[in-house]
Amino acid sequence: MAYFRSHILVCNDPECLEKGSMDIMELLKQEIKAQGLEEEVQVLDTPRIGLCAQGPEIIVYPEGFHYINLEKENITFLVKEQFLKGRPVEKWLAPKKPQAEQELREPTQKEVRVVLRNCGKIDPQNIEEYIAEDGYAALATVLSEKSPDDVIQLVKDSGLRGRGGAGFPTGVKWGFTRDAAGDQKYVICNADEGDPGAFMNRAVLEGDPHSVIEGMIIAAYAIGASQGYIYCRAEYPIAVQTVKIAINQAKNYGLLGENIFGTDFSFDLEVRQGAGAFVCGEETALIASIEGKRGEPRPRPPFPAVSGLFDKPTNINNVESYANVPQIILRGPQWFADMGTEKSKGTKTFALAGDVNKTGLIEVPFGITIREIIYEIGGGIKDGRAFKAIQTGGPMGGCLPAEYLDLPVDYEELTKAGSIMGSGGMVVMDDETCMVDIARFFLEFIQDESCGKCVPCRVGTKRMLEIVTRICEGNGRDGDIELLENLSAEIVEDSLCGLGKGAPNPVISTLRFFRDEYEAHIFNKECPAKVCRALINYDIDPEACVGCTLCARNCPVDAITGERKETHVIDPDICIRCGICKQVCNYDAVKVT
Amino acid sequence: MNTIKSLEDLKKIREQALEKRKATAVSGATQVIVGMGTCGIAAGARETMKAVLDYIEKNNVENVVVTQTGCIGICEQEPILQVVQGESEKTTYGKVSPSVVEKIMQSHVVDGEVYEENKILI
Amino acid sequence: MAINTKQDRDFVKTADEAVDMYHAKKEELIPILMKVNQDLGYIPKAAMEHISSRLHVPQSHLYSVASFYRMFFTEQTGRHVIKFCESAPCHVAGGREVFEALQEQLSISPGSTSDDGKWTLITTSCLGVCAVGPVMMVDEDIYGNLTPEQLPDILAKYE
Repeated sequence: MAYFRSHILVCNDPECLEKGSMDIMELLKQEIKAQGLEEEVQVLDTPRIGLCAQGPEIIVYPEGFHYINLEKENITFLVKEQFLKGRPVEKWLAPKKPQAEQELREPTQKEVRVVLRNCGKIDPQNIEEYIAEDGYAALATVLSEKSPDDVIQLVKDSGLRGRGGAGFPTGVKWGFTRDAAGDQKYVICNADEGDPGAFMNRAVLEGDPHSVIEGMIIAAYAIGASQGYIYCRAEYPIAVQTVKIAINQAKNYGLLGENIFGTDFSFDLEVRQGAGAFVCGEETALIASIEGKRGEPRPRPPFPAVSGLFDKPTNINNVESYANVPQIILRGPQWFADMGTEKSKGTKTFALAGDVNKTGLIEVPFGITIREIIYEIGGGIKDGRAFKAIQTGGPMGGCLPAEYLDLPVDYEELTKAGSIMGSGGMVVMDDETCMVDIARFFLEFIQDESCGKCVPCRVGTKRMLEIVTRICEGNGRDGDIELLENLSAEIVEDSLCGLGKGAPNPVISTLRFFRDEYEAHIFNKECPAKVCRALINYDIDPEACVGCTLCARNCPVDAITGERKETHVIDPDICIRCGICKQVCNYDAVKVT
Repeated sequence: MNTIKSLEDLKKIREQALEKRKATAVSGATQVIVGMGTCGIAAGARETMKAVLDYIEKNNVENVVVTQTGCIGICEQEPILQVVQGESEKTTYGKVSPSVVEKIMQSHVVDGEVYEENKILI
Repeated sequence: MAINTKQDRDFVKTADEAVDMYHAKKEELIPILMKVNQDLGYIPKAAMEHISSRLHVPQSHLYSVASFYRMFFTEQTGRHVIKFCESAPCHVAGGREVFEALQEQLSISPGSTSDDGKWTLITTSCLGVCAVGPVMMVDEDIYGNLTPEQLPDILAKYE
């Protein structure tokens, strides 16, 4: 696939079209070819950039320069300035939003809170507040009017897919567990939200624990289980406490235990804590952990639905999957299916983190684009920097560059693009991020968390990490990229569980979209984003330096010399590239090259 | 606590809870709600809560109910504090450090005027 | 192994209490280890051996479970354990600088305990409060929005 250093997106909304945006697009393509840039700069059209009243408008990525009111005569000059000289043409840029607006949180129309509906609105340690918000009404309906098969059909009709990441149709899974033979069945809630950057489940457990409890009781009724566990990671002590309190309150009201709502349905629920192992988010590893063993996954089949906890039929779902259930029962499956896309129904919570202005939790219907999430809900990139990539799906997800900003978010689209939905973490990265460093970072995490049981994961990820680390340290070799690609293919094919199979993803996706960065590290010994310490140099610009000695006084290794009022010099052999001199300099005299 | 044995029992509890909310609102009492999810606590919500309770004690503020809530989702604004006076709309404040607590308690809870500087829209 | 020291006898007592709390059930091994870890700061050999005999589970199994999970310590820790989040969102929010400053102020590297027995510093995986990163936990207390300047005051709170 050709890799472009820049993209121009031309708005093709009716209003812009009327103003001649396609002519502009043609002229851009012609001028780019005339300047010999057609291998480097791609011109695409896109719906609705946003300021069509001032169209034709275009956006240049990765910097994000938004040009409006463009005329045919401008194009030659624009291409020369922007792409040959690297200078944006200020007079044609759209005005920036005033600073004040960024402080206020605009009520965003795009968000629809289903799972998060009570979070921040009720006291989670007071069951009556949950009941005031129609809490447990779904359970009452189910136990008085519906059969277990009715319930399973309702969940199937809603189109709810497992929110933990695999996206398996929840109703279908419940059906398998119901049909499995066994005198004892279990319901487990996977609250081992280990993906760095994901904290949606934590918010629900801390803010609205009863929604999960109610969902689990309904699931237990549907599949015929009498015992349930909420497996919550130990890194969430407050969530564990809150859930325990909620369970006790539910027990006191007779909503858990024997003869719930006066029927002959009985169900008990307990909390189990993890002990610090990311792999326990994998369902078979989680089951092993509850059984008192090392959290090591096992091959499937048999699936937990048939043989799970203590070898009995077990239904495992994510916190968010259960939290959706009461609403689906109360408002009907059609209400849920009316939201989202054809194959991804309903809403999804996401945790926005990284270099974006408004970090935090959002809940949106599937089908919303990444651009809408980052810019309309997230408030854009921090400090006015440019967008570089977004990592979705946690450490086994992929990094998507600017061309994918208009991708509608759903299970199929993300997978096609080379990433995954995962549990819903989204880490936004600006142009000061080195993608090779990021790949190394995630690989380090995965290597650390590998359970060690199978060779492809245990040894394969270690070798990949070694190669990528060498590259970051300036010791990359010709052939490293091909080696990474080969290793990745083998690890994906041969690993025992999802962790191993997903482990090479950060490398695969960064190689796909940011191969030039790897090549720069290996062949030019350069880190374009100026992050990898072994490949950067700190220098003092003699024209900007006033000789205030502040940098020399703050340097932890005394690498800077210079007299007062004279240009200072950094000794590259002593310098450890910590960046303190650049931080303290008031004259912007320290340059990173 | 009574065991809930039927939909009617559940409805009764729901109505009682809604009545209680209404009564608090109608009585003109002020509710002060502090976000105590883990993100809030990491940002210092415990100190914020303590400052609220200290202020009430020191200044003998009456007719105030202090409760807590979980994570709203706008974690970068934590610690978050919300004020509801009587039947009026809830006001949400962000980045409420103990010193800001003083100002909000004085301005909004005691004098009835929203403290614009830290107000956020959600 | 012979239980010869008073300390060992105390460890065995704590192990007994934990086992009794969970009705000596094999599948409750992890909560049992968690209780011992909480009470003693780590899981001493004497405790592990006693649990092994009470649950009729081989010592190798005990050790394999105790060493698998990050939150269990098989060696004594300092009086206070600092868990610093090393995950991507905290890293991207400036975690590297804070972590380096922390190591400098404590004069220890990750995975080790200070000579005076006061601090153990380890890295932890994501604590789920990424929007207020960089983040660390000291014992059960969680601190967010960290900057290097805040560290001395935070550390000074602990004896």
